[in-house]
Amino acid sequence: MDLRGLFKRPANELEKGGRTPAEATAADTFEVKRECPDCGRKIAEIDLPEMYYVCTCGHHFRMNARQRIDHICDEGSFTEMFSELETKDIINFPGYEKKLREARLSSGEEEAVICGTATVLGHKCAMFVMESLFMMGSMGTVVGERVTRLFEYATENGLPVVGFTVSGGARMQEGILSLMQMAKTSGAVKLHSDAGNFYLTVLTDPTTGGVTASFAMLGDVIMAEPGATVGFAGARVIEQTIRKKLPQGFQTAEFLLEHGFIDLITPRSEQKRVISTLLSMHEKKNGGDKA
Amino acid sequence: MSANTPYDKVMLARAKGRATAAEYISRIFTDFIELHGDRHFADDTAIVGGVAYLGDMPVTVISMEKGRDTKAKIYRNFGAPNPEGYNKALRLMRQAEKFSRPVVCFVDTAGAFCGLGAEERGQGRAIAQNLAEMITLKTPIVSVFIGEGGSGGALALACADEVWMMENAIYSVISPEGCASILWKDSKKVRAAAQSLRLTAQDMKKLQVAEKVIPEKGTFDACCRTMAKDLRAAFTARMALPKDELVRQRYERFRKYGAQIVPEDF
Ligand SMILES: [Zn+2]
Repeated sequence: MDLRGLFKRPANELEKGGRTPAEATAADTFEVKRECPDCGRKIAEIDLPEMYYVCTCGHHFRMNARQRIDHICDEGSFTEMFSELETKDIINFPGYEKKLREARLSSGEEEAVICGTATVLGHKCAMFVMESLFMMGSMGTVVGERVTRLFEYATENGLPVVGFTVSGGARMQEGILSLMQMAKTSGAVKLHSDAGNFYLTVLTDPTTGGVTASFAMLGDVIMAEPGATVGFAGARVIEQTIRKKLPQGFQTAEFLLEHGFIDLITPRSEQKRVISTLLSMHEKKNGGDKA
Repeated sequence: MSANTPYDKVMLARAKGRATAAEYISRIFTDFIELHGDRHFADDTAIVGGVAYLGDMPVTVISMEKGRDTKAKIYRNFGAPNPEGYNKALRLMRQAEKFSRPVVCFVDTAGAFCGLGAEERGQGRAIAQNLAEMITLKTPIVSVFIGEGGSGGALALACADEVWMMENAIYSVISPEGCASILWKDSKKVRAAAQSLRLTAQDMKKLQVAEKVIPEKGTFDACCRTMAKDLRAAFTARMALPKDELVRQRYERFRKYGAQIVPEDF
């Protein structure tokens, strides 16, 4: 439902820069603001969707998975798959059940990735979108299984895969089985690739650890959002290892582009068009055979 | 010697004086010839690779080498590979595939190196590439964990047909220290973390992550003789398989790690 028409904000609110919480009125509960870390501008939450969660200065705020699907896919074209897979506390890890309950509440999702099929400006693809609000997009067995099944489905049906990554890495609470998901997903990506199918990854903020070291970096084309943090090791761990502060801009999308590890940086406003063009260029003739 | 707690095993896996890969290689194989370099950037001294005879069978050997004394440890970067190490390993694996040689990997690392240069040269991409390529490599692979198996850095040499673990080796998604500090913000909870992570060789067997746990008893020489015999048997059986079947089985080996593995006693 679009709430923008229902809760109209005063036109001058942005210029005033918002009030302090102490002065907050009832109207402000509908006027949650986000402050841009780059330019300091405060933007009303309800205005963010139509701005694709991008500040006028170009800063890309994080976006949740459903918002991203709405933004990229043709309206009503996304059909979710594999949502029936249920996360279990396999190794009986202290506090995991509670963490899962909290993650489900805060994200409204059952796991840290959503998979399905969709069209992007008319071009069909299999798609996965990771969710940072669910345990920071960490990969356990269900995330690995959903992504693997999606690639297997895409391989069977000769579909390209478009994947949006956001992840803190492998999920500690499922122990070694989380690590095994790196191998499992990478294997599924490889079989999809060997069958001549196209895989596009879109790295969003932040993509790190075991996801970077598996399916995130295996795309035929690797796109990233401006300013996204992308790396293997966490910044703090590196600083502890080298006993130095990290240089400005280290592990950003721009840093990866400069070092030759990604193909392009595409702002959100351009993504739908660029993704659909790439899908179009890799469309298979005669369903399944290499063009 | 039998260790009691998982944390004792962590200490044993890291213990000073524990045999490093070089000592296994010199006892298990003959005529080992080291092959250096990734052909792009450098030769990573944390990873030692080459060709050797296993009996009369030529094999490719790739190992993580921690080094024994302080000087050697520094030279080997404490067994923490940089991207060029993983790239070298992949080069040697592809070479093994070309000449239909089986691959033996010895895993012993706290993890892939977390440095500035490692990130600049694509540590994540290097590991990802090894995972994807190993799963479909058309020659048999056995990975033997001889000490520490630290996360993705270890897995990048362990997408194998079989994983064998020395009795006091460990394999974990994160170090117990890392787990304690990230999850519980308390470095003193490292023992609890070691327990909760299920990182022992025995846990790996239970979780079907390892096919074999190798007892650390008797002499090291005898243990290596047995391992040589077992490696030959494993390779002989797998060399007889059609290559597509070999790859299919390896894919299935990793495919099974889903929520359906529920060991009774965790
Ligand atoms: Zn801004």
